[in-house]
Amino acid sequence: MDRSSARNDLLLMVVFTAAVLTMPIWLTPIGAGYPDLLQKFAIFGIFAIGFNILFGLTGYLSFGHAVFLGVGSYTTVWAFKLLSMNILPAVVLSMLLAGVFALAIGYVSLRRTGIYFSILTLAFAQMAYNLAYSVLTPITNGETGLRVLRDDPRVLDHMFGIEVGESLPTPELFGLRTIGYEGFYICAVFLIIAFFVAMKITRSPFGLALRAIKSNQIRMNYTGFNTRPYTLAAFVISGMYAGLAGALMAVTDPLAGAERMQWTASGEVVLMTILGGAGTLIGPILGAGIIKYAENIFSAFNEQSLHHTFSFLPEPLQNAAVSISTMFVGEGWHLTLGIIFMLIVIFLPGGVMEGFRRITRWARKPPAPRRAQKIQTAG
Amino acid sequence: MDSIVLQFLNGLDKGGAYALIALGLTLVFGTLGVVNFAHGALFMLGAFCAVAMQQLLTLSVQVKDESVTFFDAFKEVPYLEIWLGDFGTSIIAWSVPISILLAIPAMLLIGWVMERGLIRFFYKRSHADQILVTFGLAIVLQEIIRIWFGANPIPVSAPPPVAGSADIGAWLGLGAGVVYPWWRLIYFVFSAIILAVVFGMLQFTTYGMVVRAGMRDRETVGLLGINIQKRFTAVFGLAAVVAGLAGVMYTPIVPPNYTIGMDFLVLSFVVVVVGGMGSLGGAVLAGFLLGILQSFASMNEIKSIFPGIDQIIIYLVAVVVLLVRPRGLLGRAGVMES
Amino acid sequence: MTDRKTRLDTPLSRRSILKGSLASTTALGALSLTGVAPLHFVSQAWAEEQPIGNFPSKTSGPSITLGFNVPQTGAYADEGADELRAYQLAVKHLNGEGDGGMMNTFTPSNLTGKGILGKKVEFVTGDTQTKSDAARASAKRMVEKDGAIMITGGSSSGVAVAVQSLCQEMGIIFMAGLTHSNDTTGKDKRRYGFRHFFNAYMSGEALAPILAEEYGTDRVAYHLTADYTWGWTQEESIKNASEALGWKTAAAVRTPLGAGDFSQYITPVLNSGADVLILNHYGKDMVNSLTQAVQFGLRDKQANGKNFEIVVPLFSRLMAQGAGDAIKGILGTTNWNWSLQDDASQAFVKSFGQEYGNPPSQAAQTCYVQTLLYANAVETAGTFYPPEVIKALEGFEFDGMGNGPTLYRAADHQCFKDVLVVRGKENPSSQFDLLEVVKIVPRKQVEYDPSIFGGELGPYIPAS
Repeated sequence: MDRSSARNDLLLMVVFTAAVLTMPIWLTPIGAGYPDLLQKFAIFGIFAIGFNILFGLTGYLSFGHAVFLGVGSYTTVWAFKLLSMNILPAVVLSMLLAGVFALAIGYVSLRRTGIYFSILTLAFAQMAYNLAYSVLTPITNGETGLRVLRDDPRVLDHMFGIEVGESLPTPELFGLRTIGYEGFYICAVFLIIAFFVAMKITRSPFGLALRAIKSNQIRMNYTGFNTRPYTLAAFVISGMYAGLAGALMAVTDPLAGAERMQWTASGEVVLMTILGGAGTLIGPILGAGIIKYAENIFSAFNEQSLHHTFSFLPEPLQNAAVSISTMFVGEGWHLTLGIIFMLIVIFLPGGVMEGFRRITRWARKPPAPRRAQKIQTAG
Repeated sequence: MDSIVLQFLNGLDKGGAYALIALGLTLVFGTLGVVNFAHGALFMLGAFCAVAMQQLLTLSVQVKDESVTFFDAFKEVPYLEIWLGDFGTSIIAWSVPISILLAIPAMLLIGWVMERGLIRFFYKRSHADQILVTFGLAIVLQEIIRIWFGANPIPVSAPPPVAGSADIGAWLGLGAGVVYPWWRLIYFVFSAIILAVVFGMLQFTTYGMVVRAGMRDRETVGLLGINIQKRFTAVFGLAAVVAGLAGVMYTPIVPPNYTIGMDFLVLSFVVVVVGGMGSLGGAVLAGFLLGILQSFASMNEIKSIFPGIDQIIIYLVAVVVLLVRPRGLLGRAGVMES
Repeated sequence: MTDRKTRLDTPLSRRSILKGSLASTTALGALSLTGVAPLHFVSQAWAEEQPIGNFPSKTSGPSITLGFNVPQTGAYADEGADELRAYQLAVKHLNGEGDGGMMNTFTPSNLTGKGILGKKVEFVTGDTQTKSDAARASAKRMVEKDGAIMITGGSSSGVAVAVQSLCQEMGIIFMAGLTHSNDTTGKDKRRYGFRHFFNAYMSGEALAPILAEEYGTDRVAYHLTADYTWGWTQEESIKNASEALGWKTAAAVRTPLGAGDFSQYITPVLNSGADVLILNHYGKDMVNSLTQAVQFGLRDKQANGKNFEIVVPLFSRLMAQGAGDAIKGILGTTNWNWSLQDDASQAFVKSFGQEYGNPPSQAAQTCYVQTLLYANAVETAGTFYPPEVIKALEGFEFDGMGNGPTLYRAADHQCFKDVLVVRGKENPSSQFDLLEVVKIVPRKQVEYDPSIFGGELGPYIPAS
């Protein structure tokens, strides 16, 4: 049993790695194979994986995880400004600082459970967002967002004799650029590592304990098992994942804005995780992909491009098709997203992963037991 | 002194709105066990009932402005004014109170359709699924409103006799120039009445008694042979009507646009949780507490000591309350804690 | 096959190959993965010019693509939709369709009506969501995937500054849409960013003398200011300008963005000793704070023996509709208004009105003009090579775009032109007739030394 699950994990890891690294190829036919969106897939995949370690395993629903995303981004840009344009110190510092924030917020919030916990995390994140937008502008550069400037100190770079030219310095990894496809592959490597770590955590005794907490915390406490250190550790780990995601956002695009910490951003990762399938390893990444794809591709259609799409139809039909579909794309892409949310959760409780499970079950099992099962779920 | 009285009034006013929204939310939590992220959308739909009523009453003859040649610009003369003269004008002016008549059946219908068509399938589902489906619903509702009414705020005016301000300085023996808008006073009184009606219904009718019992212990009430399902559908309708009326009456204060529900969503959850899950009284108490504190935190004297306090006060209070009282102000154990 | 151009659903590489095969020499160069990276591409014509941004990979085919990045969701969605309408009109006119609009009045013009440099103009659109992150993602998509050679649009200063600095890094010219903060062409100015819209400083300088004229020089002002960068520059500008004319400032209070209910900020105004309320708000905040200030009876109030007045320094007709009757009689400034009677404005209003059935907003006008100005600069330079286009725009003097003689100042890429002081109309003759022009303040009065805001433009050739 153990050996076969280890083999399955290895297989999963290999397939996952291959799928991630070939994303530029297989996403191109659906119009998503360009660097910025690929980077976003990887970054939000990391964010969602990390969120799932907390929510999927322990059941604690944080509604303020975006604060760690913001902390990661701000730290990274400050590291670019003060230390070096090399991304390594920036990423390490971001994860550490996000971890510290997570420790502080988690320590307080985890004193409560259920929705009380959710609202505590939400409150902390909203305070951070509101302050970053206005009063903390000296640190965050407010609405405009924190950016790298030419005349920033960058002590480490100066120490190593790296000087900036006439234009703004750009982030790099020992000479490797962090934009375009290089930027995607950097993010992809982080995503693969993040996935591997998440898998190890899920399979470890620690992960087992977390799931036990999800199923019945009170009973765990009665048995003399102190759950708090476990949930706090999960919270901090997941905060550090968010910090990493925030850092990568600033690495691929050196700007950090306060809106990254707004409740809508926290809500987005919740939606990603539930949409894909909370508690599964792959689900949250799929959820992140679906939402980011909708945001970037559906919103890009306009009347002209729709006419091109439907140009195979005769004129009146074409106009009708265009006027109907404009409601769902371009400025109407929110509508599509809302409908996707509803359809998936209505028909696939458990998210997209549930859909995959059903398909594989259908493929494996003969028809008769399947019918029986259907009756069972109906009753 | 003047400023304290005025800020207190502001707080009551905000608190009234918060309490009305939170009341419906906590009713739905408590009875149906559903986390309804579309509750803000109900408030928004209520506001747009007022807009729709106003547009209906001002259906107009369009008198073309001949000075504009390149497109059709026109001055609108409502049919009501043409047919009924000054009486028509005053009907239009009273469109907000009139739209309450539209909003009650409309919101009941919307609530019924929502509950029967969607929400009831989610009673037994996880809170995560409830969040996703109701959030999706909220987006869909709000986009439908945008397609119909556009994205810009739409001005809705209060009836002329109460559009201005009341000289409350004279009433209370304060200095001259202490005035407060009539409509905001009305809003506060209105919310107090609605709250009283809802509490009265729950407290003094058998119907309400069953609902309260259901909130306490759903299974036992079900075992007693009472069709609790039907009553819970009615509860959802009631929550929709309360949110909708809060929205209708709010339009002269904030010209509504399609995002107005989302703007209230997070805040209403904070109010409900600070009040304590499953506690109606707690929701009302928290609504007024947060409204009043928010008003006072915005005073210049306080902002000069704690810059930015007005932006975070609600969340700060939420954190403090939840740390001091584990289940909010008046919450009960075991409701939505896992 | 050749001019059918599917985008969005067509992968980058396939289209690039398609284009590349048309411009025979570029087939391999255009296959570059990033679209932003140096392409090691040498053609005879631009041998001395190095590749920058999407030049020359995306400018060698029979058509070129412009990127229109506007808010399509959120509170500014209607404004964004109007911007998009203006862009589509500009593209039509550039391609020689329609009546030509301001192309007929624009001088000195090198525009031909046959696209840009003979290449058909195409466009792609994106949603900024009025958020910096989303706006940058959208701009990157247009550059990386759709091959846009110029990005334009936007409805807020935060977004404009964020996209502008991104464009500088990518080597793509950015023609800002509606952005009013001093920072856009002040401390955050960029070599690749250009702004036609006026700014907060100009609003202050244009408005203050009118305020003094109408309300006297002995006034005490109370500011309510949106608590973010645009609000602060607006507050500072109007404060400086009005204090120079003798006004005093009672208080300047910051309000959170999107507050909705402003009552707690308005009640302290009542007995503050101020007799003017200045609302440094825009969009939904402006609609709400103005509506509520009027409800609190501020306009019927007497203070210091004078009528209490409300001022909204930046007006937008589109958003002002939301405030209904509350805007009547309120003074403010605007970049342009459709009621202007000069030939250029009339040509534009005619063209826009006949196409869409409503008059263009100030945002639409600035977006339309920006597109034409970019196209003209390319024609003047004779190349899409960004440094040459930038040089053609820098210091460009033109007229016939609805704002009188205008200068694109080289030092900060800010347009200098007349500023309109407007007032909410008491008796509108139609649903569009909301603002009346009080005075066209001559450009001379709003000019300033570019060094007062600092900032640096940066190089013509960005780092790659």
